[in-house]
Amino acid sequence: MASSHETPKKPDERPGKSLLDRSYLVEIGKGLANTFMHMIGGSQTVQYPERTIYDYSERERAIGHENPRSRGEHILVEDELGREKCVACLLCMAACPAVCIFIEPEAAPEDWKDRDRRPKTFEIDMLRCIYCGYCEEACPCDAIRLTPKPYTVTTSREERIYDKERLLKNNPGYQTPQRPKK
Amino acid sequence: MGILITLLVAVAVAVALLQVVPLLVYGERKISAWIQDRDGPNRVHLTIKGVPIMPKGLMQPLADAIKLMFKEDMVPTKADRFLFMLAPVIAVVPNAAAFCVIPFGDNWVIASMGLDVNLQVSNANAGILVTLALSSLAVYALAFGGWAANSKFPLMGGLRATAQIISYEIALGLALISVLLTAGTLDLQEIVHQQAHNFTDWNMFKQPLAFFILLVAAFAENNRLPFDLPEAESELVGGYHTEYSGLKFSMFFMGEYLAMVSMSGVIVTLFMGGWSLPGIIDPGSLSFFHGPATVLCFVVKMAAVLFFYIWVRWTLPRFRYDQLMNIGWKKLIPLALLNIGVTALVLAS
Repeated sequence: MASSHETPKKPDERPGKSLLDRSYLVEIGKGLANTFMHMIGGSQTVQYPERTIYDYSERERAIGHENPRSRGEHILVEDELGREKCVACLLCMAACPAVCIFIEPEAAPEDWKDRDRRPKTFEIDMLRCIYCGYCEEACPCDAIRLTPKPYTVTTSREERIYDKERLLKNNPGYQTPQRPKK
Repeated sequence: MGILITLLVAVAVAVALLQVVPLLVYGERKISAWIQDRDGPNRVHLTIKGVPIMPKGLMQPLADAIKLMFKEDMVPTKADRFLFMLAPVIAVVPNAAAFCVIPFGDNWVIASMGLDVNLQVSNANAGILVTLALSSLAVYALAFGGWAANSKFPLMGGLRATAQIISYEIALGLALISVLLTAGTLDLQEIVHQQAHNFTDWNMFKQPLAFFILLVAAFAENNRLPFDLPEAESELVGGYHTEYSGLKFSMFFMGEYLAMVSMSGVIVTLFMGGWSLPGIIDPGSLSFFHGPATVLCFVVKMAAVLFFYIWVRWTLPRFRYDQLMNIGWKKLIPLALLNIGVTALVLAS
């Protein structure tokens, strides 16, 4: 059987040892092309603190979105007419083990045919909330939901108490899809 | 009247050069950010009564400048105070002055006022030598700054700067010689005129090897990556300007960018047809718009070269010191000599 030894290559035939390889011109060109493609490829930055990776608009990053059932900050759901769905039944307030929800009901306007009451104030004290999700379970109208957004940056305790407007606008992507009434 | 016009042009160039530096810093930060898939400075902006004057991010250079101005200006106890103060000045002045012989436009004929403005601060008949002399003076800033601080890292930086710039100046000069051989003149305005009629007349295509060598040597001259060994943040903290702070540091910074601007001016003038654009902007037009058009053309070409500077900086890693010396002495200088020999032979035959 013939020897399978390969003849040793001359120095110039070894990979990376030719004159062209050692001048690095080709590789520098490749590097420049690579950085140029990155230059026109768009940015990966999330404009924190205006936006966070937990926002609905950033869900394609799949950071903080692995589990859609993870429980974060609440959102008050709007109906098709842009009104809050909440009918101020106070069931969430009763279900809350941390006593962080405060609702003051008032009579709904005359032309709101589908309900008698609506919340005048709807406040959640995010410092007390334990993100258990009982409010979401208690709600008969799918008016309150927990989104995957775990936190929002604030600079004072007062800002941690979210009022109705704040809750309606919190992480607006999770308004959709509208779930059917229970 | 002639002196007044020259003075006006000189002041305009000086002001423009100082304005280019912050823009260049902004551009560098933006382009580096894009290369690294970031956004770059996008917060600092100027809005007066709800009207956005400057878009987001563009005020960043001003913010940086103000920050540097209000920083404490420290001088190390054992520093040589005179040289320590002198070095930042040397870093700025020669690099800015190097621009004075570069023609950034054709003669601007303003017929209504009977003026013929030479868009060049000084038409020295050996202009390119003046630029070379002034830009090599700038190494004194690095050497003085490194030595005067009386500290180990700046000293290393200063030493490296001296050795590096001396080695690459030879390659730079030799590459220029072959171009000057084909041009047959040292007058920069004349060199531009020679390249003004055809794209194939550009020295970039007539002398590709010289262009390449000059480009590499220019990177080394300006201490830009991949040749930024005098600064080498990862080894020498900040190199020659480690001990500098506040405005003195910012003057080093400015000097570095001014050197880039001047060098790109030289490259554009010698290799890329200067202010001319064959077929579109031809020399000798008497139209009022001819002057501004040539200046615009020159600025765009310069911006392209500066973009290339920045692009390369954020692509390549730094060379090791022995690699730097190898490339300079063993590769670029023999190549440049070969290029001169071949050019001379072709011209003589």
